[in-house]
Amino acid sequence: MPEDYLWVALFLGVGVVFVAGGFIANWVARPSHPSDRKSSTYECGELPIGTSWIQFNVRYYLFALIFVIFDVEVVFLFPWAVVFNQLGLFAFVEMVIFIAILAIGLIYAWRKGILKWV
Amino acid sequence: MEGIGQIITFYILAGIAVISAILVISLRNLVHCVISLALMMLAIAGLYITLFAEFIAMVQILIYIGAVVVLFLFLIMLTLRLTDKDIKQTNEQKGISFILAGLLLFLLVTVLNRTSWNISPEAVVENTTSKIGNLLLTTYVFPFELISVVLLACLIGAIVIARKDKD
Repeated sequence: MPEDYLWVALFLGVGVVFVAGGFIANWVARPSHPSDRKSSTYECGELPIGTSWIQFNVRYYLFALIFVIFDVEVVFLFPWAVVFNQLGLFAFVEMVIFIAILAIGLIYAWRKGILKWV
Repeated sequence: MEGIGQIITFYILAGIAVISAILVISLRNLVHCVISLALMMLAIAGLYITLFAEFIAMVQILIYIGAVVVLFLFLIMLTLRLTDKDIKQTNEQKGISFILAGLLLFLLVTVLNRTSWNISPEAVVENTTSKIGNLLLTTYVFPFELISVVLLACLIGAIVIARKDKD
């Protein structure tokens, strides 16, 4: 079982070496003559205003909160999906009830106008 | 995975976890701290896998990295203009904190030494996800459905607290 994850580890290692190797080879091979013009962000010739790290709209916060709740729901969908074949209709009905109860929350958010971008 | 392989894996993952945890409390850019926190969580998920706890590892990635760390990132990017600032993570209370941390270390080492580490005679459970699924949908149906009610309460509570008061 955990042995299977050696492939995941291998994949991870190759991925890291692939990216790091690209950067290092680039860094070794390229000439370096930085100037203000060259190091500024290029966006189709437009001059950038400020940094790219801006403050995002606070509205996203509620979407993040709702996302967290449904993320937890997905955790329970996983074991259900694994045994769904063995348990059949009973398990299906249970999961429908589970999701229906959570859907009430989504309907509440909808009715309260949370999902609308004002 | 037994013997030397497991030990090597443990030390690699534990090393990544400890180094990234130190980065979390020492880096000066909050966004970098949060990304180090995600790396630490990932290393701990790897530790769970070496302990045959696939489901817990999946939950660790999904909840801690997918939800908690993302929520932290959201909070940092939404609330304060901290993203491109250097912030010193230490203050003037170094002496006191060293003493407290030392006491905590002493306590933990004492507990570790005094605990008798029994090895369970039970065989390691394979395929934890399907076992959990089976139990959740048969023996523990009622708690399972109750979870959705708890989540519903969380969702509505979060909406009530977080939305702007219009009425």
